[in-house]
Amino acid sequence: MVEISLHILDVVQNSIKAEATEIEIFVNEDISKNILELKITDNGKGMSEEFVKNVTDPFVTMRKTRKVGLGLSLLKSAAELTGGSMKVSSKIGKGTVVEADFVYDSIDRMPLGDMAFTMVTLVACNPDIDFVYIHKYCGKIFEFSTKKVKEILNGVFIGEQSVLQWIEDYIVEGICELKK
Amino acid sequence: MKTLEELAAIRNKMKGDVTIRNEGKDKIRIVVGMATCGIAAGARPVMKTLMEEIEKRQIKNAYVTQTGCIGLCKLEPIVEVYMENGEKITYAKVDSEKAVRIINETVVNGKVINEFTVGAYEK
Repeated sequence: MVEISLHILDVVQNSIKAEATEIEIFVNEDISKNILELKITDNGKGMSEEFVKNVTDPFVTMRKTRKVGLGLSLLKSAAELTGGSMKVSSKIGKGTVVEADFVYDSIDRMPLGDMAFTMVTLVACNPDIDFVYIHKYCGKIFEFSTKKVKEILNGVFIGEQSVLQWIEDYIVEGICELKK
Repeated sequence: MKTLEELAAIRNKMKGDVTIRNEGKDKIRIVVGMATCGIAAGARPVMKTLMEEIEKRQIKNAYVTQTGCIGLCKLEPIVEVYMENGEKITYAKVDSEKAVRIINETVVNGKVINEFTVGAYEK
């Protein structure tokens, strides 16, 4: 993966497979603390403690827990390469939280990348799931929620191309605004 | 700056049309592999191009969706096209350029592009 946003797209697939109906993606760029935090929270089926232990080991994961696969191991190594870390916590019937920290100014930290199109892809392919995207940058906050979008749409399908285009532009501009 | 008011305007414009959900049995379904293998190989830009082409050409009888890993990781990004007659065409190692041709030739004209198919790569 060449962008953190691709890892996000990938890890969220686990939440989708776990039948989550609400998925929150939180990105926090805190330059004063020299950290990029990522947190993905879902209300899917969750995993047992035993399963969670295996999730962070690529070889055990591949053999025993094919449902999860390599995605989390790749995110873990991407975070650790910068001097950061990754943590997975989960409760059966409640959901799963994946947290990753990247050292912000590490040469090995890949760029966050195209978050807007990661969100558009997720929404277009999973129109029934409610996504929340929160992006913090040095204290400023941008928030996007498909629930709010659906409220405004009032029955118009969120997967309509013109709506998806609006979502992409809205997020691109929202993130841009944060960094001004 | 994009605003929520603009979204409301889009809604009002769409309300006039009969807005039904994209999915339908009578539509061409374009499926992009979005597992770790697909994403790492470049599935997201392919997805983007497919969606842009559909919009650009105002194609109403097709929609794009995703699937997981189908076990051909080395041939990702993979795009499967389910035609209206039930026929399925599987394209391998798709990039943005190929995605444009898939829309123009297969989705619009119903023609199979043989050299892009899994069969052509798996000789």
